Amino acid sequence: MNYKIIGRFLAQILTVEGVFMVPAAVICIVNNEIPALHGFLWSLLIICAVVLVLFLTCRKAESRFYAKEGLVCVGISWIVMGLLGCLPFFISGEIPNYLDALFEIVSGFTTTGASILPEVESLSRGILYWRSFSHWLGGMGVLVFLLAIVPAGGRGNGYTMHILRAESPGPNVGKLVPKMKDTAKILYLMYILLTVLNIVFLLIGRMPAFDAVCTALGTAGTGGFGIRNDSIASYSPYLQNVCTVFMLLFGVNFSCYYLLLMKQFKSVFKDEELRMYMGVVLGSVVLIVWNLKDYYSTFGETVRHVSFQVASIITTTGFATTDFDQWPSFSKAILLCLMVIGACAGSTGGGLKCGRALLLLKSLRRNIRKVLHPQKVQIVRNNGQMVNEKILDNTNAYLAAYVVIVLLSFILISLDGFSITTNISAVFACFNNIGPGFDAVGPTCNFGSYSAFSKLILIGDMLAGRLEIFPILILFSRSTWIRR
Amino acid sequence: MKILIAGDGKVGALLTQVLSMEGYDITLIDSKQTVLENSVERFDVMAIQGNCASMEILEQAGVMDADLMIAATSADEINLLSCLTAHGMNPNIHTIARIRNPEYSNQIYKMRERFALSLAVNPEKQAAVEIEHLLKFPGFLKRDTFAKGRVEIVELRIGSESKLKDVALNDLDTTAGCKVLVCVVLRKGQAIAPDGNFVLREGDRIFVTAPTDNMTILLKSLGVITHKVKRVMICGGGRVSYYLAQRLKKSGIMVQIIEQNYDKCLELTNKLPYACVVHGDASSQALLDSEGIKDCDALITMTGMDEQNIIISLYGNNCGVPQVITKIGHLDNTQIIENLPLGSIISPKELCASAIVRYVRAMHNQTGAAITLHTIADGHAEALEFLVEKNTRYCGVPLKDVQVKKNVLIACISHRSGTEIPNGESSFNIGDTVVVVSGREEVLYQLNDIFV
Repeated sequence: MNYKIIGRFLAQILTVEGVFMVPAAVICIVNNEIPALHGFLWSLLIICAVVLVLFLTCRKAESRFYAKEGLVCVGISWIVMGLLGCLPFFISGEIPNYLDALFEIVSGFTTTGASILPEVESLSRGILYWRSFSHWLGGMGVLVFLLAIVPAGGRGNGYTMHILRAESPGPNVGKLVPKMKDTAKILYLMYILLTVLNIVFLLIGRMPAFDAVCTALGTAGTGGFGIRNDSIASYSPYLQNVCTVFMLLFGVNFSCYYLLLMKQFKSVFKDEELRMYMGVVLGSVVLIVWNLKDYYSTFGETVRHVSFQVASIITTTGFATTDFDQWPSFSKAILLCLMVIGACAGSTGGGLKCGRALLLLKSLRRNIRKVLHPQKVQIVRNNGQMVNEKILDNTNAYLAAYVVIVLLSFILISLDGFSITTNISAVFACFNNIGPGFDAVGPTCNFGSYSAFSKLILIGDMLAGRLEIFPILILFSRSTWIRR
Repeated sequence: MKILIAGDGKVGALLTQVLSMEGYDITLIDSKQTVLENSVERFDVMAIQGNCASMEILEQAGVMDADLMIAATSADEINLLSCLTAHGMNPNIHTIARIRNPEYSNQIYKMRERFALSLAVNPEKQAAVEIEHLLKFPGFLKRDTFAKGRVEIVELRIGSESKLKDVALNDLDTTAGCKVLVCVVLRKGQAIAPDGNFVLREGDRIFVTAPTDNMTILLKSLGVITHKVKRVMICGGGRVSYYLAQRLKKSGIMVQIIEQNYDKCLELTNKLPYACVVHGDASSQALLDSEGIKDCDALITMTGMDEQNIIISLYGNNCGVPQVITKIGHLDNTQIIENLPLGSIISPKELCASAIVRYVRAMHNQTGAAITLHTIADGHAEALEFLVEKNTRYCGVPLKDVQVKKNVLIACISHRSGTEIPNGESSFNIGDTVVVVSGREEVLYQLNDIFV
């Protein structure tokens, strides 16, 4: 294991984090928020010190950088980013408990949006901005950002592929163009463009500028931290509809947008994952609208609320315009299913991913057919192409790991004595990076009442869910740390 | 610049490595998924799985906006067809095909015209040329020529009885009896750019630049016994052996080929009536002895297996054969075999890759590109020859006033009147050619790249 190169990587990532903290500090100065400014300045100082120590100890790193280093890098840097990123909350005193602050920022970076704060409107603007910005940075991945600006692991090295794979969600991550640096740049350019578009549409609807930026950042990362206590509910119907559309857009695989730019409309239109995603959204909206036909005063209002909630849950954003915890069980059951399915692979959303669910269904169908007709050679196709057995194996292993971790966390946090609905939805909401669950962790409630131990478990779940389990899991494997 | 490489075999992988390090956008095409996955994990490249001659796959790989297509699959016909298809789809693309079949090698020039190939490479033929070159000047492990044969870079090993052992480079000229320049020293697998106080030790491999005329003097003063090669034994009857035997016949050298496969023996006998083709296992000592290994002037091991080549060469060295040449296919193992007395090491894929890299750099830089490019010191350094042109900086300026980059050395300057090893007073002028040796991390496209 090449610890020094990991250290150097870490130093670069923390530099990026520090640089992005500066705008938040500037917002504090503009709004004359002295305690929050102190929080940011001290945090910056601590980050600088850590970066300096890392650079000094790791400046003579060898360039050995393989799969193992890539995975460990991703796992460790997300943890360290959380540990240092929560310092402004803690030092400014706005979240006095360090563990709570950590929960909040990890929830931010992993684009979960689960909060321990009973109300957010009393927070200073700099802190609110940093909360929302953590969604944006975590959405596309900070390491991918780093890949876009520095040639990691030396020129021509392909092992950075593991970083992209570990940080971008989905069963089969590939590059858009031959060079990693260009791929990362294209991804971030599209991301920035869509975010700016979102801000513009929100501004057209007369949303205050600060609100528009924070909401757009939260939507882009499919995060879900609102800057009002009632999330998006108090904004106009137009603004709510803009959010619905952009949440759905950010839940689409970004390579689809690249194909659109390349004018390959046909392959986008025929993309099976995209079709499934759209189908699931439409189907859920229809079913829930039918289930809620007398719940709201007008049909239009029903459709608006239902489509917003469906978009928010399937893309794992976690904004809310209404307390969906009060909906009838059938609607809640559908939302719970959407929580598990999640957005498309290669998007900023979490969950199992539509693409993976599709592969699982297809391989299930194949295995059933295999029982009936054992001699027949059968393959799984996706978009007309044969899917590699290795990818299917990985997908199955992922599902197994997913189930095991969800069940274990469910049992462990049940020690706190909340209802079963609360606990299972809390685990789902954290692991799938959604945010609100049902019952005691519903959209109007928060995670603050859980014990410290449960919070730690949920922090682990959020990280494992965002990084798709393996980068976090291997940190606990003995073979990672022993000599090669 | 966008490059498509079809065929991710030995040559394909080497090209991918070298060209991706130089920063080109590379897309690999191969029919085997596992090979591609391996490459994508090691290098910063993209991969497409499929048949590289099909239009659909070429389109997917982005042939429409690619600048160069290199076809290096195992089949010549596929290479030709894919280059042809690529050229048909995108008339501006440059194409390079690897053509290895001896039946096509005679028509290669005609084929280049008809199929609009920019370059056709034949690694085995190149290897044969290289070996012939070595046989003409026994005593050197490697010879690379520049300036139309007026300058050479040769590789020497400092043995336990070498006169160069424990000599400081400042005193080299007196020992060598003429003016020569040591540009790179390989010591324990590491390439060193030596200065005047550097002392040569036993086991070092040194790369010496000198005008070709001085090479004979150098050999004589070093006491390396040179005698004309008259009888050569070649183990293995592959394509290199065929090309080599053909060439050696012209120089009047007796050739003996040992080959295991009877059908191949028949074919070789048919094509090379003047050669002595022996059917048998070349790794058997008894056979080598009975075929007179002790009496031949050079032993060349060209079987398909590196291990077998190494064993036979070691035996040949043991028997006192004056010159041994070993073919190694997988050059990844250089660190292991470095200290074995295997004589000169030839790697067809490396020769082929150098030729292609030279072409790519010339494409990158339409004017002022390197005339010659040789990889030396196990790939740690390269030697390039440039023509001094109008826009070259520092024309006529004494070298002591010129700042060149670190790890770059001006090894030789060829004027119209003669060739010199430069010192502080030397200078170059328009029309001269300059040989430059540089470390691999610096990519030199034109002569001006060497200056700070």
